[in-house]
Amino acid sequence: MKSLRLLIPLAVFIVIVGFLWAGLGRDPREVPSPLIGKPAPAFELVQLQEPGKKLGTADMKGQVWLLNVWASWCVSCRVEHPLLVELAKANVVPVIGLNYKDKNDAGIAWLKQNGDPYRLSVVDADGRVGIDWGVYGVPETFVVDKNGVIRYKQIGPITVEALEQKILPLVRELQKA
Amino acid sequence: MRAFALTLLFVVTNVFAQSDPALDARLKKLEEVLRCLVCQNQSLADSSAPLAEDLRREVRALAVAGKSDDEIKAFLVARYGDFVLYDPPVKRTTWLLWFGPFVLLAIGVGIWWIITRRRRKSDDDEDPPPPSGVDKARELLDSPLE
Repeated sequence: MKSLRLLIPLAVFIVIVGFLWAGLGRDPREVPSPLIGKPAPAFELVQLQEPGKKLGTADMKGQVWLLNVWASWCVSCRVEHPLLVELAKANVVPVIGLNYKDKNDAGIAWLKQNGDPYRLSVVDADGRVGIDWGVYGVPETFVVDKNGVIRYKQIGPITVEALEQKILPLVRELQKA
Repeated sequence: MRAFALTLLFVVTNVFAQSDPALDARLKKLEEVLRCLVCQNQSLADSSAPLAEDLRREVRALAVAGKSDDEIKAFLVARYGDFVLYDPPVKRTTWLLWFGPFVLLAIGVGIWWIITRRRRKSDDDEDPPPPSGVDKARELLDSPLE
């Protein structure tokens, strides 16, 4: 009985270590978005390459699509870009680019240099639409379902694991629905 | 030309209307309890990150449009979650955060109480203290020799 009581501090210690260990593994920069499961905030924005035309969230109703927030000044966008280019080649899901707080000519030049994986990009020059979508760290990628509901958000660059284990399975599932 | 001058006047007065000290003070106070998402340990008021600037501009626009502090907070929470608030609301997911320390304190007090009570109890009904060495020696001395 007495030796059992001596084990209590050890048990408490293990519990604390468990909590701290779990906390270490989490990225404090990844703030869960309150927008998941909610309708995507509507926008209607001018297209980057064809400034005469617009694209809005309403135009994407009825299909599963990705919104990728990018900018020519964004360093980690370069990291994920090859993956997006590959995704575009596979033609699985349309990706709309949100060119966030960028200069149009810089954005266009960046796409020429790195490849353009987007069905098209729209211009959010002042970041106003970014605020509505809760964007705080470019790049960010949202998965939107056929009904226009946000189902997933990737904060920071898309990784191979995130693409293969989360984004693509979710897209396939949503496309079947 | 006159229309231009009028617009200019309107814009200028509008700018002046926006730099109203009472509003500035209110916004400053509000921005101090809002977290900047880019540099997470700074408030919106302190941060010079571009997003913080945008959000300050947004907060000001909402305030000028007559929104209350709570409505402005709700606007930001809807987009960025409770994380933007330095003072998180009490709800189911934050119960552990709010009440956890008090639960731990209660457990600690409980343990302390049990231990002291046990100690006092054993003090009360303890057997008379064992005879000390001196007593034993005296006893031996006093006992008749065989």
